[in-house]
Amino acid sequence: MPVLNGRELRIVGFLCNWCSYGGADTAGVARFDQPTDLRVIRVPCSGRIDPLFIAKAFMNGADGVLVSGCHPRDCHYAEGNYYARRRLEVFKQFISVLGIEPERFEYTWVSASEGQRWQEVVTKFTNQVHTLGPLAPIPEVALSQLAQTTGTDIREEA
Amino acid sequence: MLDKLKESIKAALPELDFVMGWGMGYDPLHATPLYMYEPEDVDNLVWGPLNVHNLAVHLPSLKGKKVGIVVKGCDSRSVVELLQEGLINREDVVIFGAPCNGIVDMSKIRKAVPDAHFVHSVETDDNGLTITTDKDTHKLSLAEVMADKCTRCRFPNAVVADHFVGEKREPTVENDAYEDLESFESQGFEERRDFWMTEMDRCIRCYACRNACPLCVCRDHCVAQSRNPHWVSQRDGVRDKFMFQIIHAMHMAGRCTECGECERACPMDIPVLLLKRKLGTVIHDLFDYDSGLDAEARPPLLAFKLEEESIKEKDW
Ligand code: SF4
Ligand code: SF4
Ligand code: SF4
Repeated sequence: MPVLNGRELRIVGFLCNWCSYGGADTAGVARFDQPTDLRVIRVPCSGRIDPLFIAKAFMNGADGVLVSGCHPRDCHYAEGNYYARRRLEVFKQFISVLGIEPERFEYTWVSASEGQRWQEVVTKFTNQVHTLGPLAPIPEVALSQLAQTTGTDIREEA
Repeated sequence: MLDKLKESIKAALPELDFVMGWGMGYDPLHATPLYMYEPEDVDNLVWGPLNVHNLAVHLPSLKGKKVGIVVKGCDSRSVVELLQEGLINREDVVIFGAPCNGIVDMSKIRKAVPDAHFVHSVETDDNGLTITTDKDTHKLSLAEVMADKCTRCRFPNAVVADHFVGEKREPTVENDAYEDLESFESQGFEERRDFWMTEMDRCIRCYACRNACPLCVCRDHCVAQSRNPHWVSQRDGVRDKFMFQIIHAMHMAGRCTECGECERACPMDIPVLLLKRKLGTVIHDLFDYDSGLDAEARPPLLAFKLEEESIKEKDW
């Protein structure tokens, strides 16, 4: 990470096994140019994604999270992505109250044959997260301890 | 009205294991849950602005027993939600309702009455309360010490009841404008984040917010304590505490009735209800759904439409 400091951000991608992971693979096989910030986690279905996976990624230092599944009507398990769509939309709107910009999280649909679309999604999303910059880390320790190590105390500002 | 309520409880008692309501607690300012087994227990029942607890929290663990419960409007929505989720059986629960004029927020009382530690007596009427302590007598209007939720109450009368006594009251408001949320979100993202950082820093991780929640029914199986999956560690840092609040909120999405017990129970006065209110308004706007009103309704996150008119997906 330090080597890439300032140039790369941490973006986590949750991709479904059947469509989007294949789409990302298609983009790779075709050698499409893509930003390298994204770290992919393969899941069986977008319906498997508990919105708390995304929350946990943000807590642990992700600057952006992308979820991609099969297009509606194309889900390998018929309806996983329909349930996912509702949950993910609710979560996207929810995070603004936490102080996390909703633009740091997107969900979309990319099929296994859409290498081009995958390239476009990754590029645009990465740019979108770069526009926002890094997300201030959520301290792993108590603020008093943080103040001791960094010399800044957000409790005083608040 | 209290007499009528007592009468109807006494009449139903022979058929029931017991009835839950409120009695006087350790001092005249604090009510406490009251379990009425015998007719003479019913005489200890109180009704008024000190009945702050949502007794529905006890119902799931009593499943299988025949119990009665006295509810305020907001409590009744928790009962409906528990019915909808099959956590209790309708035929095992007898619901007693009465019109509610609002309850107090003890934190506001503590601020208004600094000498509230030694309370000799409390007189309550429809519009206020008079608190006599060992030092002074304080006359407070209900409006100034009322719980925030009551200032935006849409359902002061039980939404479901087998026995309703008294005259139904007009709701305080027709629609909740979510002004608290709007004013919070008028701040920038960084300010909001810093706000939660400082609030979560104060959290002592007592889980009172979870334990008081009538819909947090996992109890000993809560992921906050599980090692596998290991969602949160035992560290006392901000991150794990914040993560837990997000877990609580998300596990309540589409279920939480905004009864406010989580926030009321918090000994650190952390405004955790705000997170759930955010989800409440998002779900209301997206799916035109309010939890705890219809036990037969299908919760929005357990359903879908092929075309979601209200969801605007990103155009890439
Ligand atoms: S929210 Fe309504 S029903 Fe609940 S305590 Fe307040 S006034 Fe009573
Ligand atoms: S999360 Fe809070 S407001 Fe919602 S049901 Fe539970 S205790 Fe009530
Ligand atoms: S009740 Fe308050 S202090 Fe206790 S865990 Fe919940 S938020 Fe933290």
